[in-house]
Parts: sequence; structure tokens; C-alpha cells
Amino acid sequence: MTVNTDYLKEQRGQEWRVELRKKIKNKDRLTIERVKMPEMDPMERIKYQDKEVNLGLTLDAAMREASRCMDCANPTCIEGCPVSINIPKFVKNIERGEILDAASTLKETSALPAVCGRVCPQEKQCEARCFYVEKMKKDPVAIGYLERFAADYERESGSMSIPNVEDANGVKVATIGSGPAALSFAGDMVKLGYDVTVFEALHEIGGVLKYGIPEFRLPNSIVDVELDNLRKMGVKFETNFVVGRTASVEDLEEQGFKAFFVGSGAGLPRFMNIPGENYNGIMSSNEYLTRVNLMNAADDSYDTPVLKGKNVAVIGGGNTAMDSVRTAKRLGAERAMIIYRRSLEEMPARVEEVKHAMEEGIEFINLHNPVEYFANENGRVNKMKVQRMELGEPDASGRRRPVALDEYVELDVDLVVVAVGVSPNPLIPSCMPDLEVSRWGTIEVNEDKMQTSIPQLFAGGDIVRGGATVILAMGDGRKAAESMHGFLKEKYNL
Amino acid sequence: MNRIVNKQYLSENVVRMEIEAPLIARSRKPGNFIILRIGEKGERIPLTIADSDITNGTISIIVQNVGVSSKKLCTLEIGDEVTDLVGPLGKPTNVHKVGTILAMGGGVGIAPLFPIVKAFKQAGNRVVTVLAARSKDLLILEDEMREWSDEVVVMTDDGSYGEKGLITAGAERVIQNEKIDECIAIGPAVMMKFAAMLTKKYEIPTQASLNSIMVDGTGMCGACRVTVGGKTKFTCIDGPEFNAHEIDFDEMLMRLQAYVKEEKDAQAEQQ
Repeated sequence: MTVNTDYLKEQRGQEWRVELRKKIKNKDRLTIERVKMPEMDPMERIKYQDKEVNLGLTLDAAMREASRCMDCANPTCIEGCPVSINIPKFVKNIERGEILDAASTLKETSALPAVCGRVCPQEKQCEARCFYVEKMKKDPVAIGYLERFAADYERESGSMSIPNVEDANGVKVATIGSGPAALSFAGDMVKLGYDVTVFEALHEIGGVLKYGIPEFRLPNSIVDVELDNLRKMGVKFETNFVVGRTASVEDLEEQGFKAFFVGSGAGLPRFMNIPGENYNGIMSSNEYLTRVNLMNAADDSYDTPVLKGKNVAVIGGGNTAMDSVRTAKRLGAERAMIIYRRSLEEMPARVEEVKHAMEEGIEFINLHNPVEYFANENGRVNKMKVQRMELGEPDASGRRRPVALDEYVELDVDLVVVAVGVSPNPLIPSCMPDLEVSRWGTIEVNEDKMQTSIPQLFAGGDIVRGGATVILAMGDGRKAAESMHGFLKEKYNL
Repeated sequence: MNRIVNKQYLSENVVRMEIEAPLIARSRKPGNFIILRIGEKGERIPLTIADSDITNGTISIIVQNVGVSSKKLCTLEIGDEVTDLVGPLGKPTNVHKVGTILAMGGGVGIAPLFPIVKAFKQAGNRVVTVLAARSKDLLILEDEMREWSDEVVVMTDDGSYGEKGLITAGAERVIQNEKIDECIAIGPAVMMKFAAMLTKKYEIPTQASLNSIMVDGTGMCGACRVTVGGKTKFTCIDGPEFNAHEIDFDEMLMRLQAYVKEEKDAQAEQQ
């Protein structure tokens, strides 16, 4: 995203910001310690699948943390944000106690602030670019915690602001999918005056935010509030609608839709194709998390079942693996294990997730890779064979490549969750022969514009990236909205 | 949305429902299925579309009252609404003109077989249909099948109607009497396994339509995976029809048992 520097400068020059900068000397700001996120006790929290681990900051703690921010003339943090949130402006609003203003600042560019404040890897984005890190070698301002604080404060205050929406231009556009990429796109387009409809195949809106990320990290009720906000802005939602099947893109064009954003996600789980992988009790993280998060399978009053295990192995080292293994622990596993073929250092999961998992008693069996599963007479998995690995030279990803050793270990397991990544969902590409896809099945886009080989079709998120984060998907959605707006303005003389 | 406009008992435990779903009625093809959910606490269950009426904007599904969710569905009456209904899902049947088709349908599998029989007949094929049920009372859609088949053979386990014997006995006689170009078999997994063994013996290309366990039905979860020709496939997006001679039916039978205990517990609770 391009950052509008004139706008930032003008905002920074406002009197209240100037005053606030003078109020505390930078030298004194530097002496304040970074706030710690209050957390639920690990032994207590593993009893609940639906209680959040992070409890959120108090008003005092948030204002104090916000006062660490120097309100830099050149705010590099914004460059680290895929949706270009005006970070100093919202942080300074917290410092002066205008929390609702902080929340509306977030909503200028982010459709889902309460979500991002919880699941973004800030340590790799805005916070990694904070002055404290770049110039002072100190802990960054806790931008993520503050974002969550402002969004939560606004929600709990009962006076949610609805961002300004331009006059309706009567032009209909649609998203295919309703995850973070599509919602971010929808938010931006509706602000520009478009008539936006979100089409979702499942019975709930939200995509991975609902079916994937567990309640203890992102409660569905928080997602619902953000959805409600979009609804109030005028976004329409259609569930149980598979574009390409229920109706084709051509059918929708006949109904007046002028352009589309494909954000259908990377919804095809990968397996390892090793012997015994189809035994009962071995499932994808998508299946495990969908049953628990979307279908409420852990609650007996719901019809969807979920297999429970005493000895649960989760294969993989990403955030989804952490979500799965921590879910298994909460559903009563005595041993909940991560089996990962590299070492802790190479793990792609967020540092916070790994830390939380360790506090909860998750076992990390690193440098091991599954090679075979065994089952009892009913076909239910009861044992797995894992191979020891060591680290060799760095590979294309820059991480040290795991090299297999001729050493094996057997583990007793009765539930295995495979979280080794996802492939793009082939449903949309298979319905559109003219759509160019890569050999991995991701949709090819012109990167500056997120435009596909079909001019009125834009795409973003995991269907383009093949497996990334909520915030990168949201950044794609924003970028696509900006370029689709340009495309439609030119084509229809708006 | 999704209002039930007609309900009819085909046998004691098998119900046919016609549901308003104008978009699906228009876009569905033989072999497609839908996923539906009853109530906010319901699970997502896949059901094949047995027929559709584009003019009235309805689809027909046929459901056997066997589990927690099908029981919930069967208690709905005309005028009630199905909470969620999505489709059409899965790859449609490859309907083409080949000559003579042998269609084998067992039990409630006769329901998904019906639109396929109709489509092959409409495509100009000769269609010989073999239907099987445990007894006369449990045989469904016989009249509809007769309307769209050139010949119908009925087999019952107890001999209460048609001939006594298994579906494979009736099918083998058909195969011996005339040249069959292609087969399609739909029914319980065990039946399809033996049907596939039979047609393999005679080297007749055969498709079977699988009723795997599913959650989302769009390729997302992988609950429906099945081994076909040594490779793992997803029934929801790669199927539901596969080359019957390459399906690992034993694995499929095992996978269908995955939630038997959970289902039993839930049924016990319902009572």
C-alpha cells in the first residue's frame, strides 16, 4: 500500500499532537518498561476451549504504554503494516485518553481491528519497524496490544462508530469468500460507495476467522461484532452460496455485478502421503479445527462429533499446528505433542503461540518427522513411527534443511492432526477455464493491482499466496479495492 | 428460504422431500449433491439431489431415517424450512452416449442412482437397471426407474418381491445376456465393493458414487478422503463418483465407522 505522507504530516501537525509530544520528554518516555499482557493462568485456561488466554490491558496500562511512543516524524511502523494503519495517531489518541478516537483511526484503514489486535504477527510487522527496535535496541511499543485495547474499549463502550461511507454509486461488486481478504476488500469498497455483496460457501461469514482460529485466541463473538460493523456500512452477506456452482460468475454478471474479488482461501489441506495416513483418528487441522470452532463439536448439545484423544500428536510447526495442539489439550488430551521436523528456531508459528503452548504443557518433539501410522483392529490409529532428523544447510526458505537420520522412534497415539500446510482451493479456478493459475494452483495476479487474467476479476489472500497470514490477506484486499476502484472508474466513467 | 413444499414416505424409514432451492434446481446436474443443516446446533450432512424441477424451483432429496441428523430432517413437515442448504457440490456424472448401461442400485442408493439413470436414458442409451432391497417394503423409486429404464430387474434379500438374491446375481445374469458398455453402482459400500468385483471380472468400466463422511463439502477438511488407484482423493471435490475398480472399498468401509461410537452416544441421548 502507498502511504500518504502529506496526510500523515498534516495529522501529526495537529495541535493536540504537538502538545502531547511536549508533555513528556523523550528521554523519560524511553525509561518506561514495555507493558506485559495479562494472561489467564495456564493450568486454569486449559480447562476451557472458549476462554481467551490474553486478557487485555487496563486503561491505565494502555495509556502508559502509549506514552512510550515518540510520535516519530518518520513513522516507520506504518511501513510495516500491510494495511497502513496510522499507528502514531491511534497510539497518541490512547495516550491522551481519547480511546474512541483511537478506534476510529484504526477503522480508517482496517476493517477488522479487534481481530488484527489479536492475531497479527506484530513482532514481524509494525513492531519490528518501531523506533525502539530500529534505533534503540529496546522492546518496541506494544502496538498490537494497544490496537486490541482500542477496538475492545470501543466495542464495550456500546458506542461503535461507523466509518463514513461515500454516496452510493450504484455499482455492484462481489467477493467470493468471506475471510479476512474479502472482508477487508468489502470494507474499503463500501466506503467508496459501491454496492458490495459477500458470497460465502459455508453457513457462517468469516472464513478462517471462524472455522480456523480457536476461541481461546479469537472469540467468534468478536468477529461477529466486526461483521456487524460492515453490515451497518452497507455490505450484504450471502451464505450457503458457492460461486461457480450455485450460480456462475456469468450469472452474477447478468444480475449486474461489474467486478469480483476472489478471496476463497487456501482451503485444501495437505497430507504427507505416508502409509496408514487414512486410518481413523488421523485428520487435517482444517477438519479438526472446523469441527471444534465452526461446528462447536466440543459442546455436547451440538450434533457434530469430534474424536478425542489421550495421546494426541499434531504434525507441523505453524500457527495452525499450535491452535490444534492447544485445542487437543483443552479437549482433555493427557499428552498433546507437536511433531516438527526442524528445530524450535525454524518454527513458523508466532513466538507468543509457542510460548503459550509451552506454558500449557504441550510437548515439543522437534527434529522428528512421521513416516508411518499403525491402527488397532477397528482401524483407529494407535501408534506412529517417527524418524529423527538433523539440520543441514539452509534451503530456499533460508531455514536450515532437515536431513533424515536412520533412527526411528515409536509413539503411542490415538489422535493425529496433520497441520503441514494447505493448497489453494481448486473450486473457483476449476469453474473458470480462462483464469490463469500457477502450477501450484494459486491464482496469478498482477502484483501491483491484484488483477487476474480476467480483467474484472481481482484476487488476494491465500488463493494467491498459497498460505499466509490474516493481515497479509487484508492488505491484499485493500490493494485490490484500490485498483478495482481505478478500473471501474475508468470503465464506467464514475 | 429452503422451504419444504412436499414430503412423502417412500418406505417406513425413507422420506422424499421437495425443497425450494431455485438456484440449485437450475444449476445442478446428475451426480451432484447438497449439504444441509437442521437447526443452529445441527451438523452438516451431504445428500444427493434425486431430482429437480426448474419451473417450480425445487430439488428433491431422499433421506433414510438412520442417524441423529437424518431423524431431525425427517421430522420436518411441509412448510418448514431447512436452516442451511448449499450446492450443487461434487463433480457431475459424465453422462454420454455409449450404448448399453447397467445401473445397479441398492437400498437407499437407488435415490442417487435415479437422476443418473434418467440422464443416461435421455442421452440415448439403452439402460438396464437392477434394483435391490432387503424386502419389498424397503424398495424405493421402482416406478420412476421403470419409466426411465429399458428393463428393470428387482432383487430382494428375503424374496418378498422380484427375485430372491443379491444384486450381483441379478447383474451377472444381465451381463451374460447382453453386451454392457458401462456400469454404475450406488448403494451400501459393501454392495458397491462386490458390484465392482463382478464387473471387473467382465472388464466393464464401472463408476461408483461414494457416500463418505463430510463436513464442509468443498474440499476444505479432507474428512471424505478415499484411496483410488493408490492415491488419496477427496470425495467432495474429486468425486463423488470414481472408477469402482480402483476404489479401496475396505478402507472406505473402515472410514465410515470413524464416528460410530459418537453417533451411538448421541442417539442414546436423543431418546
